[in-house]
Amino acid sequence: MFAYIVRRLIYAVPILIGVNLLTFILFFIVNSPDDMARSQLGEKYVTAAAIENWKIENGYDKPLFHNAEAGGFYAYTDTIFYTKSMRLFAFDFGRSESGRDITADVSQRMWPSVALALPTFVTGIWVNICVALMVVMFRGTKLDRWAVLVFVSLMSISYLFYIIGGQYMVAKLWRLVPISGFNPTADAWKFLILPVVVGVVAGIGAGARWYRTLFIEEASQDYVRTARAKGLSEIRILFRHILPNALIPILTGVVVLIPTLFMGSLLMESFFGIPGLGSYMLDAIRSQDFAIVRSMVFIGSVLYIIGLILTDISYTWADPRVRLN
Amino acid sequence: MDTVKIVVLWSDLLIYLLAASLTLFFWNMRGNPITAARWRQVFGTRLGMATFVVLGAYIMIALLDSLHFRLALEEDPGQKSDQVYFDNQVVSVLDLALGDMATEHERTYSAPFALQSFEKVNMKNADGVSYRDFPRLEHAGAHLADPADRGSDLVLQSLIGLAKGGVLALIFVGMQWFFLRGSTLPWRAAWTTQAVIICFAAWLIHIGNLYHVLGTDQAGNDVLYKSIKGVRTGVLLGTLATLVMLPIAVSLGIAAGYFKGWVDDVVQYLYTTLSSIPGILLIAASVLLFQVYIDLNPEFFEIGLEKADARFIALCFILGVTSWATLCRLMRAETLKISQLEYVQAAHAFGVSHFRIITRHILPNVVHIILITFVLDFSALVLAEAVLSYIGVGIDPAMASWGNMINTARSELSREPAIWWTLSGAFFFMFSLVLSANLFSDLVRDAFDPRTGLEGAA
Repeated sequence: MFAYIVRRLIYAVPILIGVNLLTFILFFIVNSPDDMARSQLGEKYVTAAAIENWKIENGYDKPLFHNAEAGGFYAYTDTIFYTKSMRLFAFDFGRSESGRDITADVSQRMWPSVALALPTFVTGIWVNICVALMVVMFRGTKLDRWAVLVFVSLMSISYLFYIIGGQYMVAKLWRLVPISGFNPTADAWKFLILPVVVGVVAGIGAGARWYRTLFIEEASQDYVRTARAKGLSEIRILFRHILPNALIPILTGVVVLIPTLFMGSLLMESFFGIPGLGSYMLDAIRSQDFAIVRSMVFIGSVLYIIGLILTDISYTWADPRVRLN
Repeated sequence: MDTVKIVVLWSDLLIYLLAASLTLFFWNMRGNPITAARWRQVFGTRLGMATFVVLGAYIMIALLDSLHFRLALEEDPGQKSDQVYFDNQVVSVLDLALGDMATEHERTYSAPFALQSFEKVNMKNADGVSYRDFPRLEHAGAHLADPADRGSDLVLQSLIGLAKGGVLALIFVGMQWFFLRGSTLPWRAAWTTQAVIICFAAWLIHIGNLYHVLGTDQAGNDVLYKSIKGVRTGVLLGTLATLVMLPIAVSLGIAAGYFKGWVDDVVQYLYTTLSSIPGILLIAASVLLFQVYIDLNPEFFEIGLEKADARFIALCFILGVTSWATLCRLMRAETLKISQLEYVQAAHAFGVSHFRIITRHILPNVVHIILITFVLDFSALVLAEAVLSYIGVGIDPAMASWGNMINTARSELSREPAIWWTLSGAFFFMFSLVLSANLFSDLVRDAFDPRTGLEGAA
């Protein structure tokens, strides 16, 4: 197991280098340092000297990949690619274009994101599985067909409508909880409950439908027929036979998402004014702060790869037949 | 003398190319009895027929809205040369069909079917005394002699509109009935849906020219008109982005599964790298960079619409280029499986070339995956557009789109009293498109994917 994890982590290195290379191409070659200087300094009346000055100040005056002037090893390290992209591997994110320390910002904003994303995630899965199990009990009947239609309708509604609708009804019409904001103290739940509920409700359509498909696929297996022939009750078959076996496909879809919970939700956080990483990214996109976007891309990729490794490990736990090697 | 100047936007060209190639694709599939049987399974259900008609209606609107031209301006009396000047406003065939809806601007907000503006303004009466009241709207209900007649007029005009629609529907459905009455497919569901849509459209157009059915927005534009204009954006984005993605995903996926070895390693590396980047960030970054490019090169675009169109096409390309990983993975797995089969081995033994094996033996056997992806991605992309527009990296604000409407509606809803109609307009058109696309794609998947055949079984 340990050797497997180490090997997977080593495999992750070329992928992360690829991610860095891709973002680097996007940010520095499509949008050259000269363009960046121009858009940071204001479009018009920028002298060549001012651009050069800005580039030296911000460390963009080096060659992109290969520095012929510096000798030996430094030919590759004294470049923009190395100084701006490769140091992300040490989780050294540097400063944003507006001069703030990205590492400090990220470690501070991570927790509100988790406080929102984790409850949404756990309750969402629980609710979806419960709803799906209820529907599966009535499989093949009219109720089942109507339920599927309702699920499809629910998932045809844009996420934005759930948020806007939830905010309007719960917070504005009924005035039950604050519309938005966050307070990292004991009454944080007041601010979190509405986004969590909205997030769960918005996910029911797609989630419950997916779990229903998994359960029904499991229900057509031979062992279920055998269990029924033994005279077991439908409830017992559902909970003792179908549910544990359906866990394996559920795990694949779910575990990979757990690390990405730290990234937060762009929409939820910005609508509900929660100062997490999601709203951090949105602000960065809107103010065109590419240093932050680049760092967040890197963090997101790392978390995704961790998620993939966790998925494999959870397989061995859920299905004893699986051996990692 | 020319009266119109045709404007061909890149996206117009693409949508017609797309429509032509799709028609050709389905025409070719007719020859295959297995495929034909699967399509019969899709269209053998009433739901399949009804949702297809709804999708067809949306596609019709999108196609009509993709024929752009500029009308010639009236010749100025003092004009010396014979030169014809054209309106800066680009209109489409759809605009002509909708009548005056596009041009009947009010000052600002007004509620659906309202005769008066939503906000009070200072006015002066005949005696010169100023007072504050809701002003009459310029266009809505302008034909009414007395505002009190609005109720009865609404009923009367609705009946006229519905009658027009009824006649049209009768002719349209009657012709189909004449040719298709021997068919075993549930055409009745299709005809009912068609009749309902035609009547509804006729009613909307008739009454929409007299009143503002969904009110007006802050700038006084008709919200119904804006929502209808959003159809083209939604439909185009949903199809074009997938179309960009397909060749990349299919060629790389099949190459990886067929040639194996280092090709497989490279392709796997590429899609793992791509899918590990948070999608929304990659899309946002790419769109922002393209926006920078547009801003730095304004000389490429003659009119504002072309700029918006360029950004729109760039968005489609970006969505396509960033989303091929999933389909590529599926294609690779399926090709790996198929290339182990005996008939492919036999083809190898006969010395058939790689190209021929791929095109004749492998591609036809993975077409169902491509088809399923195409229909499934459509609704996801329409929904994604709204989110991207909210973030600020979606459709250009100059272009009508549901995402932009939702974006503005957000602050309108927090006013007192709330302005709900912009949101409802976007919701209705978006929901009915996405719902019918979702239902239709479910049927297509059930029919074409051998694995989900279980779903209906109890």
